[in-house]
Amino acid sequence: MTADVLTSVAAPAANARKRRRPVTLVTCLIILGLALFAALFGHLVFPNATQVNILQAKLPPGSPGHLLGTDELGRDVFAISVAGAASTLVGPLIVAGGAMIVGTFFGLLAGFRQGPTDFVLSRITDLLLALPVILLGVVVAGLFGASYWWTTLLLIVTFAPYDIRIVRSGVIEQVTKPYVEAARLLHLSSWRIMFRHLLVNLWPLERTNFLLNYANAIIAMSALSFLGVGVQEGTANWGRQLIDGEQVLFSNPLVSITPAVLIVVVACAVNLLADALNSREGKGRGR
Amino acid sequence: MTVPAAGATSPAPGPARARSTAAAVARLVAWRVAGAVVLLAVISVLVFLLTYLTPGNIIKNITGIRPASPKLVAALRREYGLNEPLVTQYLHWLGRFVQGNFGRSIEDQTSVAQLFSERVGVTLLLCGLAFALAVLVSVPLGVMAAARAGGLIDRLISVGSVVSLSAPAFAAGLILLYVFSYYLPWFPSSGAGQGFLDTLYHLTLPAITLAVGVGAYIVRLTRTAMVRELQSDYVTFARARGLRDRRVLATALRNGIIPVITTMGLVLSYLVGATILVETVFTLPGLGLLLQSSVVFKDFPVVQFLALFFAAVIVLVTLAVDLSYLALDPNWRRQLTR
Repeated sequence: MTADVLTSVAAPAANARKRRRPVTLVTCLIILGLALFAALFGHLVFPNATQVNILQAKLPPGSPGHLLGTDELGRDVFAISVAGAASTLVGPLIVAGGAMIVGTFFGLLAGFRQGPTDFVLSRITDLLLALPVILLGVVVAGLFGASYWWTTLLLIVTFAPYDIRIVRSGVIEQVTKPYVEAARLLHLSSWRIMFRHLLVNLWPLERTNFLLNYANAIIAMSALSFLGVGVQEGTANWGRQLIDGEQVLFSNPLVSITPAVLIVVVACAVNLLADALNSREGKGRGR
Repeated sequence: MTVPAAGATSPAPGPARARSTAAAVARLVAWRVAGAVVLLAVISVLVFLLTYLTPGNIIKNITGIRPASPKLVAALRREYGLNEPLVTQYLHWLGRFVQGNFGRSIEDQTSVAQLFSERVGVTLLLCGLAFALAVLVSVPLGVMAAARAGGLIDRLISVGSVVSLSAPAFAAGLILLYVFSYYLPWFPSSGAGQGFLDTLYHLTLPAITLAVGVGAYIVRLTRTAMVRELQSDYVTFARARGLRDRRVLATALRNGIIPVITTMGLVLSYLVGATILVETVFTLPGLGLLLQSSVVFKDFPVVQFLALFFAAVIVLVTLAVDLSYLALDPNWRRQLTR
């Protein structure tokens, strides 16, 4: 949704000249590193995170052994937040990656072939863009009772149109350049031009878009989990924790505030990483 | 979006040119309207098919949890025309829809139209308030950031907008809910209130929540557009002639706001999605909560109506915004005939 705006925002001319230490970049990478670690190994560190223990339910923050307290079912908030990183962050990664692959393929095709191929693809894109992600997710995944992986697939379908559009416009900008003309003169096949020559030059665009999509996918997917779509009850998941925690907001607010803050922090880190990489690119090369 | 080829009409002088401009504009409008109609038709087919594609017996989906005797099943099959071919069924369904007969809720047999009219007010007011709030706060912030691009204020505003963009409506809502209705008990935590002022009071926190995400988006858009605008020649000239900063900014804003207005379709699409979340957080009896509960209940008539309603609103607003290009930007109109 926000992709085209954000890409064009990067690198204000004034502070691009100043050489500052890449504080933002490093902070973002540290946050994402921690998140990745939690996503990969969280279930090993806290294997019993989702175990219900009614006797210790709704302990306030700071209780012995439970730094952030416990939730309605007596699960430790810190442990379940660490364990929840996997289901909160892995699905969106696949969404962003899948959307990138689908978007690159069809975007290259639409931008390079143009004509009828472009027309058909652009109309399908229009159709999908007219449907808000959350609305589509709630209706389709909700009615079908979709599992986590089906929801992931559905999100790939709803995210890909943005990628198709962006790659398409990138390709249209590139095809007029001399190197494409040269490749054409050499009678290279159009597939080779598309996937060897154009693709390399689209990389900065792809990378930015991938990161922005990742941030949006984290938000969208936890929004769906928040509405009870995509994850089963009892799964460790930040979106799910939020809705579970709303009922105990007044006895232990951290049950839902913790995952809320985590989602914001991780999504922020991804967004800022995209910005930071963009402005480095702007500084480094004079293209 | 494609701009249909306006033909090779060479720019002819005088009235002939005006006529060809009018023709090109008319053709573009017709093209866009036709596109919107086709889009709506496709969406309506998808919405219609929801009942069929959903796993489980369609009769079961209609009767819900009530036990269905063979007699009832036969009656239902007749009532819903299930024995006819799918295309006929679709046309009948669409025909009823166009005539304003939206069916009844499976859950409690209330007519969908009545459910809708009870709920639509809250959602409209909520989205309207959030939108007004977002525009009133964000456009000035965006202009301020652009006026001193790269400065401290700009960087603060930019970081603020990234944070709010990264804060999903439900997370922001829960934090606001905790701070302003529990920690500081200033606002109610649920319900929509009674009477206009009370409703407004109940909708304050939800509207702010909804405005955060939209606002951040508008700030970034405005900033980008204004930075570009402020680098153009006419701004340099205006400054060289000694016009006050205020005047210069106001002039630049008139041009800079165009790309902001033309992305309002996206803003609306965001609002529609986020209102479901905000209504859930604050337990507001609006359309979003209705949609969510009817999805859980598999209340097909309600879900179909709401899905079609939201899609129609988005398609129509996008169409209006697309056409507003023509009204707002004379350059664009002229380009058509080139």
